[in-house]
Amino acid sequence: MDLAVQLSYFAAAVLFIIGLKAMSSPVTARRGVMWAGVGMVIATVATLFHPSVEGVSNIVLIFIAIVIGGGFAWYTAIKVKMTEMPQMVAVYNGLGGGSAGAIAAVSLLQGARAADDTGVATQMGSDVAVLALLGGVIGSVAFSGSMIAWAKLDERFKKSTLVENHQWWNVGLAVLTLLLAVWVYHTGSGFPILLFFIAALALGIFITVPIGGADMPVVISLFNALTGLAVGFKGYVLGNLALIIAGTVVGAAGMLLTFLMAKAMNRSLANILFSGFGAAPAAAQSDEEGEMREVGPEDGAYMMAYADRVIIVPGYGLAVAQAQHKLWEMVELLHKHDVDVKFAIHPVAGRMPGHMNVLLAEAGVPYDMIFDMDEINEEFEGTDVVLIIGANDVVNPAAREDEASPIYGMPILNVDYAENVLVVKRGRGAGFSGVENKLFLRDNTRMVFGDAQKVVGEMVQTVKGM
Amino acid sequence: MIEVGGIVALYVFMLAAVAGYEVIARVPVILHTPLMSGSNFIHGIVVVGAMVALGVAETPLEQLIGFVAVLLGAANAVGGYVVTERMLEMFKSSKKEDG
Repeated sequence: MDLAVQLSYFAAAVLFIIGLKAMSSPVTARRGVMWAGVGMVIATVATLFHPSVEGVSNIVLIFIAIVIGGGFAWYTAIKVKMTEMPQMVAVYNGLGGGSAGAIAAVSLLQGARAADDTGVATQMGSDVAVLALLGGVIGSVAFSGSMIAWAKLDERFKKSTLVENHQWWNVGLAVLTLLLAVWVYHTGSGFPILLFFIAALALGIFITVPIGGADMPVVISLFNALTGLAVGFKGYVLGNLALIIAGTVVGAAGMLLTFLMAKAMNRSLANILFSGFGAAPAAAQSDEEGEMREVGPEDGAYMMAYADRVIIVPGYGLAVAQAQHKLWEMVELLHKHDVDVKFAIHPVAGRMPGHMNVLLAEAGVPYDMIFDMDEINEEFEGTDVVLIIGANDVVNPAAREDEASPIYGMPILNVDYAENVLVVKRGRGAGFSGVENKLFLRDNTRMVFGDAQKVVGEMVQTVKGM
Repeated sequence: MIEVGGIVALYVFMLAAVAGYEVIARVPVILHTPLMSGSNFIHGIVVVGAMVALGVAETPLEQLIGFVAVLLGAANAVGGYVVTERMLEMFKSSKKEDG
């Protein structure tokens, strides 16, 4: 039976890697996650026959915990709206980190009980003890940090500092956690273990609070990688190769994903983690002359219907207004007028890289009509109309032209090279970053003021009546 | 139980890290959100470790913490799977094909 359990873990590890590999293309991704799901079920069922799982009461507890935890997660996962996906990913990730932390607590308590004042390390072996402590810290930080990330993305928590001299508190807590870890290592009692976990949880909170909401997806990705690493360490502590392999694969993949995301925002990871203090840039007042030219939704609709080529640039404002379904209706109508329509997506549109793609997919937009910035940026020149909905900073030419601008150097969509630009926007104010957008003052730009849902609805009516 | 010696575990660790890097290196931005959620699901395997930890728990305190570990791990795995599947289900090509 033991060999059968080990072989099941092996099969699960293979299925995880195949599943992740399949996620590199939208054609195979769904099959991939299903394979990984099969692997998860095999590993979980096999563990019920694991030689060290014994005692009827514990097995009953295992069943109850799986039913409650799994059932609750299934319910929330079915209910969550696509616009709220980033914070949901943060929550599930935090739960995994919390689980890794709790396993570390059980292992350390067992070590302490058996050690009886001779030191946890002598009982567990020093390498295992160190990895248990490391996994405990990382898992706890990922847990409490992810919960703060969720609260920030959900706009329940907006503070950027808890105390004066926040940075020093971070350093102090990190040192304290380390000292407590040393204490746990050398004693055999439960009290230092308790203090150690409290300090580690507080550390996760203090690290995450100063980081701005816009940077949060990168931080979630980092915590995702850290949870993977903590799971890998747990695998070592428990002598379970499936955990080592799955955790490490996720750890490495997550680190790479984190760097890719930071790169898309033209920021370094260190910059995101340590510069959140009062990061709001002083709104650079531009001396650009000119004024915004306003047109109604009907005029905008006519421009697009008589165009040959239209590119649509959707932003988070579109998703908030829930206008993605109406937009797709309009695109289908434009197709009937023989207009070539494409979608252009900036890597950081939405709340998380790739989030905008998910929102458009929800509305039924086929993924082969959606193009990344690098694929489409040269096509704006020669395009008749660009329709921008609820996006601001990612189309601001100041990032390319104005060295004094806070967003200078960020890669943007070159929409200003198009013949005509239509901007759907709720008001005349500056965008999310507080930077004024000179695009709105250009000769070839027309503003359509109003709620995205309402404006696109009127455009649909106009095109229908043509 | 197959014993995992320190140096063997180190080899496994290194190879798994390389595999993780290689597997993800060429993923397009379009799939970054589902991928993050999908890799999140995979570290839900921690539930297996939690089951073992609870399985060998002896004192009530160990049982309580082990119970929490299994509960959180199961929630991680199930929630991660369902949201990933929900997102990927929506991705469709404009060319009609069965898949």
